[in-house]
Amino acid sequence: MIASLGLTVRPENITTNIEARSRHYFERMGLFKTLGIESGIQIQEHESSGRFVPISVVRVEDELDRAIKNIVPMLHLSGYPEQAKTLMYIIYEIARNVIEHAESKYGGVICAQYYPDKNKIRVGIADYGLGIRTTIKRSHHAETHLEAIGLALRPGITGTTNKPTGTAQNAGAGLFFTKSIARINEDYFWIYSGDTAYKLLPKQKERMTIPADPFIDRHSVSTGLPYWKGTAVGIDITLDQTVQFQLLLDYLGKILDEAVRERKRERKLPFKEPRFI
Amino acid sequence: MRIRIFDKLGAFAGNKDVAMTMREKAIIPALEKGEEVIIDFENVEGATQSFIHALISDPMRKFGIDVLDKMKFQSCKPNVAKIIRIVTSYMQAGLGDDE
Repeated sequence: MIASLGLTVRPENITTNIEARSRHYFERMGLFKTLGIESGIQIQEHESSGRFVPISVVRVEDELDRAIKNIVPMLHLSGYPEQAKTLMYIIYEIARNVIEHAESKYGGVICAQYYPDKNKIRVGIADYGLGIRTTIKRSHHAETHLEAIGLALRPGITGTTNKPTGTAQNAGAGLFFTKSIARINEDYFWIYSGDTAYKLLPKQKERMTIPADPFIDRHSVSTGLPYWKGTAVGIDITLDQTVQFQLLLDYLGKILDEAVRERKRERKLPFKEPRFI
Repeated sequence: MRIRIFDKLGAFAGNKDVAMTMREKAIIPALEKGEEVIIDFENVEGATQSFIHALISDPMRKFGIDVLDKMKFQSCKPNVAKIIRIVTSYMQAGLGDDE
């Protein structure tokens, strides 16, 4: 969040007051480089190959492609192919939201860190763009930032249209899928926009249930927080407990398929399967 | 017409700008001519729902669900096939609402 805010400020207007130990970490994560300021410390080359992904600025899809291609080798995920797929999926979906909806000329920032004691990867994506409420309100009613976040997490809700099938480019399902991945894996998912943060808590009553309404999930909400103009998302992926991504897809597909077929039967409308060859 | 996803995107299909170009420049023009479109996912390990939506939702909206007889999906890994099923399912639900 500091990096995405700092992108909007000229380097000569930035001053830092960071304790020496944190300064070293932030240097390695590329915070000072992103802000265009000197950290005053030297890092040896081999230290940059730790299990973290330094801050990447993403303004266009090609930059996102480049950032994502670095993530699997940087986090040494070659032994975790399923988790690598899940991670790539999540980052693509959330970072693409930044490019499409934030409308920030500065783009957004992505970084990730591996925590060996918990065998967990924490991913952070933040922008200082329009924020969720502004974009959702273009097509839906949302009085508060919490209502807007709730809508953004529901499937089929996008700020670009109020039609149920979305637009050619948007279905309004990216955040819902991402939150669902965290839910099934019993990981944290956190989203902050305006003065409000929603946190999905890791222990759910029924793990393999995915409600459309994010407020049915076990969660916490914080309101009255310092105002954040854009959107910030954090998600954990615990490598030991990551359910195969295919199981999530099986589950979502089954629920959806049954609901759509039932609706089609009621309305005597045909249902077609895609053809795989 | 055959569209090879791997040639444009490599092993992971997430870039919606590429999906839009494929859709506008290749898929829709071919379908307008009545041609069959084969979307080939050989060597593609993963895809996002957003990518598949950007690729096929508009053809479904424009030509209706019968377009699924003309638009075929080749060499899909199981997770890619599942995402295609999810997108074609919710598109059909929504198209029912539009009718």
